[in-house]
Amino acid sequence: MNKKIIATTSLAGCFGCHMSILDIDERILDLIELVEFDKSPIDDIKKFTQPVDIGIIEGGCCNSENTQILKYFRENCKILVSLGECAIMGGLPAMRNGIPIQECLNEAYLDGPTVQENHEHIIPNDEELPLLLDKVYPCHEVVKIDYFLPGCPPRADLIWNALYALITENPMEMPYEVVKFD
Amino acid sequence: MEGPINKIKISLDGKTIFAPKGSTIVEAARENGIYIPTLCHFEGTDPKACCRICTVKINNRLMTSCTTPIAEGMEIESNSAELNDLRKSIVELLFVSGNHFCPTCEKSGNCELQALAYRFKMLVPRFPYSFPRKEVDASSPKIIKEQNRCIACKRCIKTIRDEKGRHYFAYKNRGQHLEVVLDPVLGAAMPDDLARKAMENCPVGSILYKEKGFDEPIGTRKYDKQPIGSEIENQS
Repeated sequence: MNKKIIATTSLAGCFGCHMSILDIDERILDLIELVEFDKSPIDDIKKFTQPVDIGIIEGGCCNSENTQILKYFRENCKILVSLGECAIMGGLPAMRNGIPIQECLNEAYLDGPTVQENHEHIIPNDEELPLLLDKVYPCHEVVKIDYFLPGCPPRADLIWNALYALITENPMEMPYEVVKFD
Repeated sequence: MEGPINKIKISLDGKTIFAPKGSTIVEAARENGIYIPTLCHFEGTDPKACCRICTVKINNRLMTSCTTPIAEGMEIESNSAELNDLRKSIVELLFVSGNHFCPTCEKSGNCELQALAYRFKMLVPRFPYSFPRKEVDASSPKIIKEQNRCIACKRCIKTIRDEKGRHYFAYKNRGQHLEVVLDPVLGAAMPDDLARKAMENCPVGSILYKEKGFDEPIGTRKYDKQPIGSEIENQS
């Protein structure tokens, strides 16, 4: 059997979901027999080098760079998986949704109780910086997502079961204890 | 088949069961070890039937089983793919209409809305998130009223009252602006036991007892290992 090609990325996430991928423990030795990693923070490959079978997305879209990468993944991956609460519903970054963006920036850079030494009242706006979106978007509201694995982080068993099912093209096992939102 | 005295015969999902006259379909099902999901209903209070989770089919019509009394020979359909999908969509609508951030919620693991989502295997809501802007009322010394998570089930309004019968909580505004608010005068002097009871009776994490949270480790909370309703299904 040819090895499946996997790519992963972390958008507006905390890398906790990637840590949970590593939490599959010794099964990582089985995984590496079954798959090859392409673009991913795990191997630090920055650009896709080949068509990818399974793309794993951690985090939602909070800025223009996130949406660009997400669309780049959609173009290059046959299957896209939203991994974790942030990819599925925006997660903690989405707590700013509902609050106008100017209000958020003022709180962060001008008026917040922990703001110090910003005497010129600068709100960072360099063209090198990705543009903040009006709110944090769940990935499936930006591109088509094929599968969703909830959790904060998703349990390692859930990730393993899902990956194993996708790689071997079998139905997935979803015991009650492994599908959790926290 | 003749049934026990004072009990009437109904058929639930093709199974013949007996229950006392006057019971609602939810009560009759529970007595017979069959779980019909409920959310806004709180045992010991009058049912309100606002969440519609308990919807069943009687003679091909959709009815709320928490308010409908049983009648002789009634044929009820509850645990079908169609009805469970309808129930799941109600849970999904509740998730997208508020701000339900489970990872940061004190009630996570003990939350009935979350438990229903687990039971119906909700992985992602099929509706777009609305992310409404809501306020947090922390004015009471005993509790926090977290409006982001409120599902307006009315359980706190019905069950939390003082010795004179005065309500601590009340509805404010109408339609999509409807909110459950805490009476500022009564809330300022809320007794400790009532504050704990308010948190307990809230199905979600909208009423929080102050200065305590996250005291149960993941894996030991109410719905970590067993789905909601399994305590009814597993009885004898």
